[in-house]
Amino acid sequence: MTRQAHLAAWAVGLAALVMLPFVYRDPYHLHILVLILIWSFAYTSWSMMGRFGLVSLGHGGFMGIGAYVTALLWNHLGLSPWVGIPVSMVAAGALALIVGYPCFRFRITGHYFVLVTLALSGIVLQVITATRDWTGGSLGYTPNRATGNKLWALQFDDKTTWYLVALAVWVVGLVVWHWIDRSMSRYALEAISEDEDAAAAAGVDVTAEKLKITLISALMTALAGAIYCQYQMFITPDTVSGIAVSLQMVFAAIVGGLFVSLGPTVGAIITILLAESLRIGFGTRAVGWDNLVYGVLLVLFIIFLPKGILGSLLERLKPQRKPSPSS
Amino acid sequence: MQAFLDIFDIYLLEAVINGILLGGVLALLALGLNLIFGVIDVTWICYAELVMIGMYAMYFMVQYYGVSYFIAAPFTILLVALLGAALHYLVIAPLLTAPPINQLLATGGVLFVLQSFATVAFGIDFRNLGIRLPVLAFGDMNFSYARLLSFIAALVGMVAVYLFMTRTFTGTAIRAISQDRQIMALMGVDTKRIYIITSALGGALAGLAACLLVLQYDVHPFVGLSFGPITFLICVLGGLGNFIGGFIASFVFAEIISLGGLFSDLEWGYVLAFAFFIVMMFIRPAGLLARRR
Repeated sequence: MTRQAHLAAWAVGLAALVMLPFVYRDPYHLHILVLILIWSFAYTSWSMMGRFGLVSLGHGGFMGIGAYVTALLWNHLGLSPWVGIPVSMVAAGALALIVGYPCFRFRITGHYFVLVTLALSGIVLQVITATRDWTGGSLGYTPNRATGNKLWALQFDDKTTWYLVALAVWVVGLVVWHWIDRSMSRYALEAISEDEDAAAAAGVDVTAEKLKITLISALMTALAGAIYCQYQMFITPDTVSGIAVSLQMVFAAIVGGLFVSLGPTVGAIITILLAESLRIGFGTRAVGWDNLVYGVLLVLFIIFLPKGILGSLLERLKPQRKPSPSS
Repeated sequence: MQAFLDIFDIYLLEAVINGILLGGVLALLALGLNLIFGVIDVTWICYAELVMIGMYAMYFMVQYYGVSYFIAAPFTILLVALLGAALHYLVIAPLLTAPPINQLLATGGVLFVLQSFATVAFGIDFRNLGIRLPVLAFGDMNFSYARLLSFIAALVGMVAVYLFMTRTFTGTAIRAISQDRQIMALMGVDTKRIYIITSALGGALAGLAACLLVLQYDVHPFVGLSFGPITFLICVLGGLGNFIGGFIASFVFAEIISLGGLFSDLEWGYVLAFAFFIVMMFIRPAGLLARRR
C-alpha cells in the first residue's frame, strides 16, 4: 500500500468510528465499545514499553494513581478533573521516574525489572487500601456527582459523548505510538532491547532513552485510569490497580500482538468480548471463570503464538518482508 | 513518662522478636524462589499462589476431612511439590529456549489460573483452620505459639535443604548446574531431570510455607498477593539466586514490616519496606551481598 492509500484507509476508518454513535444507539453496545476504547488505550500505553522488552508489571500502579488522584482531588478539594487529570499524570510520571531511574541507571533488567515493577503495583494497591479513611479502601470509591457544570466535572450522562471522548483518547494513543515509531528513540530502544552494552557503546544514552519511554507510558496509563474512573464513576483498588490489572494489560497486549500499533486494540476487543460473553453465559457464576480462561489463554499464547493474533496475521499476509528486528 | 517508656520498650522488643519470627517463613519462600531462579533461570511469578493452593489443601484436609494437622502437612508438601514439577513440565519446559520474559509472563498466566481456579472451586470466603494455638506469655510480652512453631519449622526446612544440597549427589548436581548450565549437560548430568527435581523442591518449600502460614492467616483466593510481592522484593534485594542474601534480606524486611506495623497499620509496614527497597536499589543495585565490579 502506498502512503496515501494508507492514510486514506485510516481516515475512512476513523470517520466511520466517529459517525457510529449517531447511527447506532444501543446503549449496551456503546458501553462495551467505550470500555474497549479506554482499555485499548491503556494496553497501547503498556505496549509502548513492552515492545522494547521493558516488561513492566507496575502499570496497574500508574493506572490506580491516575484514577484515585483524580477522584480524590475532585471529592476533597473540588478540583475539576481538567486540573486533576494532569496532576494525577504528573504524580504517576514522578513515581515512574523515581522507580525507573535507579532501575535503568544500575542496569536492572529482565527478571529484576519485572519483579521491581511487580512490587510497585502491589505497593500502590497497599497504599490505596491502607489510606481507607480517604479512599474507601477495598470497598471502592465514587467521585461525587456534579451539581453544576457537567463539562467542568467531566461527567456526562449519555453514552455518545463518552464514546467520542474515549475515541479521542484512543486516537491520541495511536498517534503517540506512530510518533515514537518514526522517532530516533525507536531505533535506540530497539538496539537497547537487543543488546544494552552494544547500544551504549554505539553512543545511545540507555538510561535517558528508557526513562523517556517509561515516562510517556506511565503518563498515558494514568490518563487511562482517570478516564476509566470518570466513565465508570466507581473504582476499587482491584479494578484499577494491583498486579491483576498489570497482568491483564500484559495479557491483552500479548494476545493482540504488541509489536503492531493496533495489536493492543485487538487484544482489548478479544479480552473484553470474552469477559462479557462469559459474564452473560454464566451469569453470577462467571466470577473467576473469565480470569481462568484468560490465564490459560495467556500461557497458550506465549507458548504457541508469542507475536499475538494481529502480529501473526500480518506476518502471514506479508511473507516477502523480512521479519522486523524487534521480533 | 517513665512508665510510658517502659511499655513502649516492651512493645518494641515484642515487635522485633515477632519480626524475626516472621522472617523465618519469608526466608523459606525466598529460598524456594532463589533455588528455582538460580538453577533454571526462571522466576515463578505465581510462587505465592502455589502457597495459596497449599493452604487450601491444608484447610480442606484438616477442617473438612478431619485429618490431623501433622498428617495433613506432609501430604500438602507432596501435593505442592507435584504442582511445582507439573508447572515446570507443562509451562516452563516448552519455553526454555524462549526469551526469559516470556517464561516469566507465562507463570503470570498461571497466577491468573490458580487464583481464579481457587475462586471458582472454593469461593471467595475467608477460611481458617480453626486451630487456635495458645499465646506464649514471656514477661510482659506476648508471642503467638503459631509464629514460634513456624519459625522453627522454617529453620528446620532450610537446614534440610542445605543438607540435601551439600550431602547428596543430586544436590551437588543442582549446585553445579546453577554455576554453569551448558557444561553440566556435557558432564553427563541429565538437566531435564535436575530441573524437574529442583521445581519439585521449590514446590515443596512452598508447601511447607503453606502449612505454616495457614496457622496464622485466613486463606482466600487472593492471599498470595499479600506476601507474594514482598517475597520478590526480598529476592531482588538479596540478589536473585543468592541464598545467603535472600536469607538476610528476609529478616531485614520482616523487621521493617513488623516495626512499621507497630507504629501504624500493617499496610504501612509494606509501604515502608518498599520505600526502603527503592533506597537500597540506589545504594546496592545488584543485591545486598553483591561484589562491586
